[in-house]
Amino acid sequence: MSLLEIKQLEHRYGNKMTLAGLNLTLEEGEIIGLLGPNGVGKTTLMKMICGLISNYEGSILVDGNPIGIQTKSLVSYLPDQTYFRKSENIRSAIGVFRDFYKDFDEKKALEMAIDLQLDAKQKIGSMSKGMQEKLQLIFVMSRKARLFVLDEPMGGIDPSTRDYILTTILNQYTEDSSVLLSTHLVHDTEQIFDRVVFLKQGRVFINEQVDILRAETGMSMDQYFREVYR
Amino acid sequence: MQFDNNSPIYLQIIKEMTLRILSGVIKPGDKLPSVRELATQFGVNPNTMQRAMTEMEREGLVYTERTNGRFLTEQTELLSQKKALFAKEETEKYLAYMQKIGFTQEEIILYLQALQQKGENDHEFIGNQTVGTSVWK
Repeated sequence: MSLLEIKQLEHRYGNKMTLAGLNLTLEEGEIIGLLGPNGVGKTTLMKMICGLISNYEGSILVDGNPIGIQTKSLVSYLPDQTYFRKSENIRSAIGVFRDFYKDFDEKKALEMAIDLQLDAKQKIGSMSKGMQEKLQLIFVMSRKARLFVLDEPMGGIDPSTRDYILTTILNQYTEDSSVLLSTHLVHDTEQIFDRVVFLKQGRVFINEQVDILRAETGMSMDQYFREVYR
Repeated sequence: MQFDNNSPIYLQIIKEMTLRILSGVIKPGDKLPSVRELATQFGVNPNTMQRAMTEMEREGLVYTERTNGRFLTEQTELLSQKKALFAKEETEKYLAYMQKIGFTQEEIILYLQALQQKGENDHEFIGNQTVGTSVWK
């Protein structure tokens, strides 16, 4: 049984067909880059996997389960915007995550926050954007989920924060889980990918291991990306 | 480590590890850190590191002792083979570059000898002004 199995997925926004019969199967133990230009449907697809969009045709199974309560306990989602309340501090945010997710490792989250020299009582609204993004990622990666769905975890942040985020992802995921990560910063991220999935015209255009693609094309994923979407 | 993203990363890891052995940064017989640790050191995915290790194992550069971990080979013959291979690759690259900028094979040899003499005796080095003339006055 595959960790993620998507069959004949179709979705429209009004008259516009966003996903047009998309098929995708992913196995555990991989970091997968979900790539494609703006508007190709990356965020839509991720939201569907997380059960936040449900007006689609086709099927999505996570570890054999149709999207629902069961899969919400298997999938850990980082949306493209932070969602903590500004008035909240780290300690109360930890409380929220503990209430929502059985698999949330409170101790680990707190340790990682301390590593960042954050004060557990500091209001989240008073932190810099980069710090808020780091914190959000710490929370999402502190769950013992099977599938981590990270939508643009490195949007609009500085290079040293990017490194922190990449290292955190590398350190936190385990062999029995996978990470599906969308990004525009292909150049900065491609070192950690096992596999890339390119979306084009509402379907999967390429689904291949990166080192195989590099050997076949002689290109970096960044160059190849430009080639595919020229 | 900075990788060239145009070629498979696991191959670059193997090359870097081999270089580290040849240059004595790590020594034959040394125990290697775990795949996860190495992956963090190199800033790559554990699967990529595992692939590099499997390939190095296949080549005989590392070996696994059950329950004990992974070790660097002590086969000096294999290491000298690698050394010869690296030397050949780098030399060919150098020769191709020199020929591209207009040196003949003979001129390259003269040039290298000149550089070496300069190093030894600190002679005044003039270098070749025009391709085809003597490289050493």
